Amino acid sequence: MSAVAEERSARAPWALTAPALMLFVGVLLIPLAMTVMLSFHDWGQYKGIEPVFILKNWHEIATDPYYAEMFWRTFRIAILTTLLTALLGAPEAYILNRMSGRWKSFFLLVILGPLLISVVARTLGWALLFGGNNGLVNKLLMSLGVMRSPIPFMFTETGMIIALAHVMMPFMVLSVWAALQRLDPQIENAAMSLGAGPATIIRRIIMPQIMPGVLSGAIIVFSLSASAFATPAIIGGRRLKVAATLAYDEFLNTLNWPLGAAVATLLLVALVLIVVGSNALIERRYAEVFR
Amino acid sequence: MRRNGPLALIFHTFFVIVMVAPILVVCLVAFTPEGFLSLPTNGFSLRWFKTIANYPEFIHAFWVSLGLGALSSFVALLFAVPAALAIARYRFRGRDALAALFLSPLMIPHVVLGIAFLRFFTSAGLGGSFAALIIAHVIIVFPFALRLTLAAATGMDRTVEIAAVSLGAGGWTLFRRVTLPLILPGVISGWALAFIQSFDDLTMTVFLAAPGTETLPVRMFLYIQDNIDPLVTSVSACVIAVTMTALILLDRFYGLDRVLAGKGDTGR
Repeated sequence: MSAVAEERSARAPWALTAPALMLFVGVLLIPLAMTVMLSFHDWGQYKGIEPVFILKNWHEIATDPYYAEMFWRTFRIAILTTLLTALLGAPEAYILNRMSGRWKSFFLLVILGPLLISVVARTLGWALLFGGNNGLVNKLLMSLGVMRSPIPFMFTETGMIIALAHVMMPFMVLSVWAALQRLDPQIENAAMSLGAGPATIIRRIIMPQIMPGVLSGAIIVFSLSASAFATPAIIGGRRLKVAATLAYDEFLNTLNWPLGAAVATLLLVALVLIVVGSNALIERRYAEVFR
Repeated sequence: MRRNGPLALIFHTFFVIVMVAPILVVCLVAFTPEGFLSLPTNGFSLRWFKTIANYPEFIHAFWVSLGLGALSSFVALLFAVPAALAIARYRFRGRDALAALFLSPLMIPHVVLGIAFLRFFTSAGLGGSFAALIIAHVIIVFPFALRLTLAAATGMDRTVEIAAVSLGAGGWTLFRRVTLPLILPGVISGWALAFIQSFDDLTMTVFLAAPGTETLPVRMFLYIQDNIDPLVTSVSACVIAVTMTALILLDRFYGLDRVLAGKGDTGR
């Protein structure tokens, strides 16, 4: 009798997960595999896609400097965005954490809420703020005396990085915030009682403990920035291409699907390698924090 | 704990202003009485909200987005609730791998998903159809539906179920009368969060949508590509309003901090 019950309970989890598993194999794994295959197919202006196995697209990506430049730009923008979010997001999370209850939850809502607001709407906001040479940001910076002449933000990497950093900021604040929750406030007091000044406390006590949070936030921000589409497309315009907008162009304008698939596959593989690699590094380096 | 110094508060003020400014400026410009992009310095006007009525494609796209979000989140829950119950209650071989697979759409760039689905549905003869959009959205919102349901199922008091079983309840009755009501807050918030994700997605949907099945973000994106005028700000303001409504719903049922901070997804 109990053997039957045991057998039932061994089968139950599979019965319960089977529909979702079938869904994921059928419409996630198979399409992804098809995309990788597609990147090896041939394409011509008039003949369309030819299901043969060739390395033409991969060869083109590897040899044409246009792609090297585009991937390098994508990487540069993602790295700078990550740095910007870390430099601003980590101190902000720390300040938030020291606020009193009501203010803390209010500002947490204000800062994290945008996470759920349409990326198109948020990027549009930046497009409005940047404007042309007499955009609001330029007017403000000039009236504050930060600079003499307006600098272009629209259709530049600077503009893309600022807008992307805004879009990604909640992820960084969240991640550092989570690390701060694990921190024992008494350690700070202990350091103070031993004569440490604020700068020493931040450098020697706070920083080492929130570093894992900053780094895991950085991984999220990096991978999302490297594959971002809406913000680079709207702020960057048609000329400043990044991996995602280039793949979009190949698919919906040039219609060279195999080449677009190769760009997408390369983006996916590069991101998976970077994310898995840095995760492993962080976990080894900070093993005691994750426990 | 020590208080924030003046420098910290100045930094904080600057930070919050920068975070809010782009969203605020969109909402403000939407109320401009002028015919061009400008802040409403000469009084507020609903002119550009009324103009939306002259653009049926925006209204149609809004309904597509709303229906797509509601339906795909619901379908995702049909798959996610049983899966969440299994993962929360049983320790079986492959459990971790399954959980990782179900959360993987969070990790795969949406541009890659868009391309994969475009290729897949085109070869299946479903290119540009609403059905294709639903299935694709089910996949991308699934992790959100799963996570919140999982948190609810892990935190559930199982003695109530045991009591129900001892009173003769079983199978479907047990689920419908006992388990589901107990995890309902998690399920509803999972639906709301999934809805927001679907409602806001551009990157994947832009590959799949065809004229007629364009969602609102896609319509807005294509419009912005050509020109930026106050019309698109008033449409954005409406989108923000819908998201805010879902946010309030989420906050009521679940607590926004729990949703955003992802607390409970490890079952604590």
